[in-house]
Amino acid sequence: MRSLKLFAGAWLGLFCLILQGVAHAALLGAEDARHLLTRTGFAPSEAEVRQYTGLSREQAVERLLRGMRTEAQTPPPAWVKEEFERPRVKEMSQDERKAYQRLLAERGFDLRDWWMSEMLTTSSPLTEHMTLFWHNHFVSSLQKVRVPQAMYRQNVLLRHYALGNFAEMLHAVAKDPAMMIYLDSQTNRKGAPNENFAREVMELFTMGEGHYSEQDIKEAARAYTGWSLEPRTVDFKWRPFFHDDGVKTVLGKSGNFDGDAVLDILLAQPATAEFVVKKMWMEFVSADTDNPANRAEIRRIAAQFRNSRYEIKVALAGILNSPRFWAPENRAVLVKSPVELVVGTVRELGVGYGDPLPFVYATASLGQNLLAPPNVRGWPGGDVWINSTTLLGRKQFIERLMRVDVMREPAGAMQPVASEGGMESMKSNESGKIQGAGRMGQEGRQRLMRAAAGIQFDSHKYLAQFSRPEQLTAALLPGRPANPLADDLAGPALLKTLMLDPMYQLK
Amino acid sequence: MDRRNFLQVAGGAGVLAASPAWGQGAQSGADFGNLLVLVELKGANDGLNMVVPFADATYYSLRPRLALKREEVAQLSERAGFHPALAPLSPLWKSGQFAIIEGVGYPSPNLSHFRSIEIWDTASDANQYLHDGWLARAFAANPVPRGFLADGVVVGSNDMGPIENSPRSVALVNTDQFLRQAKFAERGGFAKNPALNHILQVENNIVEAAAGLNGHFDFKTQFPPGPFGNQVRTAAQVAANKSGVAALRLSLGGFDTHQNQQGTHANLMKTLAEGLVAMQSALQEIGRWNNTLVMTYSEFGRRPRENQSGGTDHGTAAPQFVMGGRVKGGFYGQAPQLARLDGNGNLPYAVDFRDLYATVLQRWWGMSSKDVLGTRFAGLDLVRT
Repeated sequence: MRSLKLFAGAWLGLFCLILQGVAHAALLGAEDARHLLTRTGFAPSEAEVRQYTGLSREQAVERLLRGMRTEAQTPPPAWVKEEFERPRVKEMSQDERKAYQRLLAERGFDLRDWWMSEMLTTSSPLTEHMTLFWHNHFVSSLQKVRVPQAMYRQNVLLRHYALGNFAEMLHAVAKDPAMMIYLDSQTNRKGAPNENFAREVMELFTMGEGHYSEQDIKEAARAYTGWSLEPRTVDFKWRPFFHDDGVKTVLGKSGNFDGDAVLDILLAQPATAEFVVKKMWMEFVSADTDNPANRAEIRRIAAQFRNSRYEIKVALAGILNSPRFWAPENRAVLVKSPVELVVGTVRELGVGYGDPLPFVYATASLGQNLLAPPNVRGWPGGDVWINSTTLLGRKQFIERLMRVDVMREPAGAMQPVASEGGMESMKSNESGKIQGAGRMGQEGRQRLMRAAAGIQFDSHKYLAQFSRPEQLTAALLPGRPANPLADDLAGPALLKTLMLDPMYQLK
Repeated sequence: MDRRNFLQVAGGAGVLAASPAWGQGAQSGADFGNLLVLVELKGANDGLNMVVPFADATYYSLRPRLALKREEVAQLSERAGFHPALAPLSPLWKSGQFAIIEGVGYPSPNLSHFRSIEIWDTASDANQYLHDGWLARAFAANPVPRGFLADGVVVGSNDMGPIENSPRSVALVNTDQFLRQAKFAERGGFAKNPALNHILQVENNIVEAAAGLNGHFDFKTQFPPGPFGNQVRTAAQVAANKSGVAALRLSLGGFDTHQNQQGTHANLMKTLAEGLVAMQSALQEIGRWNNTLVMTYSEFGRRPRENQSGGTDHGTAAPQFVMGGRVKGGFYGQAPQLARLDGNGNLPYAVDFRDLYATVLQRWWGMSSKDVLGTRFAGLDLVRT
């Protein structure tokens, strides 16, 4: 009996192996291609889907990683090259101060506009997806930094390293002026060090909470003293006079460490690779990191990541080639971020626009104001994206988009109803707070309204790509619609129903 | 009883009588006719510069740059005073309806913002990981009447905090906007996919809340400008609604003042004070001041010793405010023990934050706090019954 069981078990195991082999050799169908492209970039157009259909998983992942850009294609605003001069706000008159606030607000929108354009048009969506991922890992916010040039430089840096080397990126980000302003490194001096960066780099950028003591933070803060910025140009400057050159003990290692030496100690901790891979896993595969199968994969890939000395491509390839990434139970289980929802919708449907500003506003009002995450942990993401306020805002965005359908009579519904939910919302809420929206003044509001009026969608053209309703459903939804579809639904009505279905919020 | 108070009580009774939902509240065992309003001070508020120990010389030696001078503060007692920007709260303090609980914290404090607020939101021990918000657990053990528009309403913020995983709660920014948009929500079923199920549940909650939200109260109260003032306005609008709600949560952010703290903190104190004053006025206008408890909370306080950046780093215990028509005003807890700082230079706590929660659960809502908090917390005697 016992041997019979063993025998049956062996057969079952063999059978599973064969199945797995079959699955590995399987070629990507349109749904698999969409899954890969949506999770790693933004919801793809049908043309993008076709490029990946018929490839093996390994081929598809290889192709995706090979085509990576490391620089934006969209030209940045002209002022990013201007040297920054810190204004003497204290000496300014009331009017000068107001004008300066307005300039800062305008430049904030210029930057978001630029990044939004890049996301909407890039031939390398993975680059932008990863840049956004790192923006949400190495968080800085324009609301505190208040130097738009520095936020631009940080964005360029994150894009440069997006699929490069994590260890190099960590060292570069630590000395990045925007980061140094955001986490107060610029004012960290010996005597009574500022612990802000020392804490967050351990808690949020490398090892994660629970792997260090309060004493480690205090000691590390001493090591970072002396890192500073030129007061006027905000370039990095080393000030030996402010550096504490005594012996520090961090995570059991002692020495006369400087900031870089402490970062290397953090990188030597196994917890760091696991922390970063876990975060990537939650971004690309599933939020359920307690699941034993997921946990095992995270550990395996973290070891590869660490052995590669933190090559991000190694980690990402490991994740995307994991059978768990493709497993049916991990499809449609992640909530699209506001940026994914808005950019994906525009790209997938081929929505036309002139100035992308309304999309910047839309993402902000849905809780993701680019360049201004709510705090140093970033946007928590996952299910937290969806509450009653944001879900209604998402649906309103879609509904407004359907109203600008050129096939709809009468057109022009995009008329600036201004100020609510979706498209041209100027209303602020706590987390989607649009810093400076009020300061844009009449001119800014008019620009926004003009831009909103320039958004166009041609449902006829989009729908012509699909010969059967099931194809449309499969293109728009990662799973079966949550609400039953009426049998006679077709054309634009079906499109709208599918997009308002809860399943459209998932990827 | 003076005339003003009489009208207040009578007005309150009138609203109560007109509201069938509150009657049901009494039947479910817990008295959800009593409303809780939580105000989160996000980023860790500097308690020492909120309630200033101006008679303690150590305070001045720890904070050569940031200490507030004795003559600046709005004096509350022979040893403590409000930050000058909190002066608008002085009349409330004098009315005896404003309590300051000093030294609120918990054992083995965690100094990460995110972990510590999770501890507060879930009412866990420092080394315990719980999933649901403490209010969600309270409502699970003591169901809020079905006639209520929601168990809890989060105003102007995207995280649900203490109401996390409460099956009937909503987040909204503005009641009118919410009602206009609610038509997009549809009642849905359940799904095995947790993300999808979450969305379906949110849709259901929208449908229910929208059905319960009716009417618009024309307040005479002037609400301060800005996002926090708008939150207070929305909270008041929800509180004025006929079908009830058990708890509201507002939040004011920006308290993580590691550098150049002075001006930032003063602005925050001003915003908080003006918001709380408007809240009181609005609640009086609708006759709910006597059955509302307003309570602040924050993940931790800040380090007594200022840093070289003109700011303060992460600390531990801090004072919290509780106000309402039935609050017994005055000081509770323990004045900051600046001579007894721990190894990290932080304050010892005197009152476990769960004692504040127990006060709400037992004395405000009349339910067992042990069911919700796991262990017994005595609570504070700060509510008139």
